[in-house]
Amino acid sequence: MARAVSTQRKALNTALAWGVALLIAFPIIWTVLTSFKPEAQAVARPPIWLGFDWTLRNYADVERQRDYFDYFWNSVIIALGSTALGLLIAIPAAWSMAFVPGRRTRDLLMWMLSTKMMPGVAVLVPIYLLFIWTGLLDTRFGLVVVIMLINLPIIVWMLYTYFKEIPAEILEAARMDGASLSSEILYVLTPMAIPGIASTVLLNIILAWNESFWTIVLTTTDAAPLTKFISGFSSPQGLFYAKLSAASTMAIAPILVMGWFSQRQLVRGLTFGAVK
Amino acid sequence: MSTQASRSAARVMLAPAVVVLLVWMIVPLAMTLWFSVQRYNLLRPEDSGFIWFQNYANFVATPAFWLAILNTLLLVLGVLAITVVGGILIALLIDRPIWGQGPVRILVISPFFIMPPVAALIWKNMFMNPTNGLFAAGFRAVGLQPVEWLQDWPLVSVILIVAWQWLPFATLILLTALQSLSSEQLEAAEMDGAPPLKRFWYITLPHLARAITVVVLIQTIFLLGILVEILVTTNGGPGNESTTLTYLVYFEAILDTDAGTAAAGGVVAVILANIVAVFLMRAIGKNLDA
Repeated sequence: MARAVSTQRKALNTALAWGVALLIAFPIIWTVLTSFKPEAQAVARPPIWLGFDWTLRNYADVERQRDYFDYFWNSVIIALGSTALGLLIAIPAAWSMAFVPGRRTRDLLMWMLSTKMMPGVAVLVPIYLLFIWTGLLDTRFGLVVVIMLINLPIIVWMLYTYFKEIPAEILEAARMDGASLSSEILYVLTPMAIPGIASTVLLNIILAWNESFWTIVLTTTDAAPLTKFISGFSSPQGLFYAKLSAASTMAIAPILVMGWFSQRQLVRGLTFGAVK
Repeated sequence: MSTQASRSAARVMLAPAVVVLLVWMIVPLAMTLWFSVQRYNLLRPEDSGFIWFQNYANFVATPAFWLAILNTLLLVLGVLAITVVGGILIALLIDRPIWGQGPVRILVISPFFIMPPVAALIWKNMFMNPTNGLFAAGFRAVGLQPVEWLQDWPLVSVILIVAWQWLPFATLILLTALQSLSSEQLEAAEMDGAPPLKRFWYITLPHLARAITVVVLIQTIFLLGILVEILVTTNGGPGNESTTLTYLVYFEAILDTDAGTAAAGGVVAVILANIVAVFLMRAIGKNLDA
C-alpha cells in the first residue's frame, strides 16, 4: 500500500518537475523551433507550434548576409585565447599556493578574488581610453587580454581547490627521486590535475564566450564576437524573428552543449569553492 | 617541509598572476579617480583641467541619478527575490525522487548558458512584443488587451529577463547544498510527526542558509553590472524609467563622451560594489578555514 502511494507521488513529482523544467527552457526551445520557420510563419497569429514548413533557409541567410563566421571565429579566438593565456599564468600560481603555502597565501587568494568584484563600469573610461591610445580598440589581442584578466581570479581559485586535493606526498616522492621542479609540474602534477584543469577550461570558455560587457564596449567590427553580432539585431532586424532565431541558435548551441557537461564544476567555480 | 629553493621558486611562479592582477586593479582605478576630478570630454581632450569634485556634483545632478539608484536597487532586489524563492522551490522539487532527473536538470540549467544579448532579444521580440510576441498571443487568446511590456513596464521586463538568466544558477547552487542534507535528520523529524512546512523551516532552510548567502552575494556582484540586457531592450527608457547606475555611467562615457562625469559615476559604482564585496569576502573567507 505504502509503495503504491509512493509511486503515485513520484509520478506526480515527475510531472511537476518536467512541467517546470520545460517552462524554464521554453524560450530556448521556442527559439530553436522558430529558427526553422519561414519568416511569415514565425510571426503567424496565432503562433504555429510544430505544423509549419520546416526550412533551413534562415541559417543560410544569416550566414550569407552578416558574415556570421567572422564573428564566430572572433568568439572562438577570444574564448580559447583568453583561456590558454589564463592557464599559463594561473597554473604556476595555483601550484605555488597549493603546495608551498606561505603565511599570506590566504590573504593573497582573497585579494585575487576581490579584483573580480570591481564593476566593469568603474574602469570603463580608463580602459576605453587606454585601448584608444594603444590602438588596441577593436583588436582580438586586446579582448583576449581583458577577458583573461577578468576571469583569472576564477581560474586561479578553481585550480587551487583542485590542486589542494592532490596529496603532497606524491610530489615529495617525485622530488626524492630527483625530479626537477619543471618536470615535477609537467609529469607528476599535470597528469593528476587533468580533470580539474579540464573543468576549469570548460567553465572559463563558457564565461569568456558569453562575456557581454567588454566584448561589446571594446569592439566595433574587426574583433567583434557573437555577443556583438547578436546585439546588432536589436532593431529593426530583430523583427525578422526567424533570422534572429537562427542567429541566436548558432550563437548559443556550442556553449549550451559544453554547459551541460560542466554543471558540477560550475557550482565549484562560481562560488569559489564555498559550495561544493 | 619545503626547502628554501622551492620557496623562492614558488614566489617566482606566483609573481605573474599577482603582477598582472595588481596592474589590472590599480592602474585603471587610479585613472578613474584621476579622471573623476578632471574636466575631460572625449571629443575635446585639449579642453581638460582640474575641477575638484565638479564631476561628482554633475553626476548626482543628472536628472536620472536618483532614479538610477532606485532602479538599480529594484533590479537587484527583484531578481534576487525571484531567483532565491524560485530556486529553493525548484531545487526542492528536483531533489525528490523523480523519473528523468538528469534531463530535468539539464533543461533547468540551460538558460544560464545563453549569452545575455540572445536572452534579452528573445524575450524582447518573441515574447514581449505587443503585436507578434507570445505573451500578446496569450492575452488575445483569453480576450485581453496585450500589454506593451517594454513601454509600460520597462523595469519589470528587464527584471523578468535577468531573473530568467539567473534562476538556473540559484537553483543549481541550492540543489547542490540540498543534496548534502542528511535525510536521516528529516526522517527523524518526520517520525516525530513534524509537518512538512515545519521540517522545511527548522531543518532544510537553516541548512541552506550558507548557500543562500553565497547566491545572494555573488548574484548581487553580477547584477550591479547588468548592461547589455538594458542596452538591447529598453535603452534605459522610456525616459529614464529603466536606467540603472551602470547604464548611466555607460551613457555618460560612450554616448555623451563625458569621461569626467562617467569616471565620477564609476567611483560611485565601486563604492556600491565594495559594500557588497565586504560581506561576500567574509562569507567565503569563513569557508576557507573550514
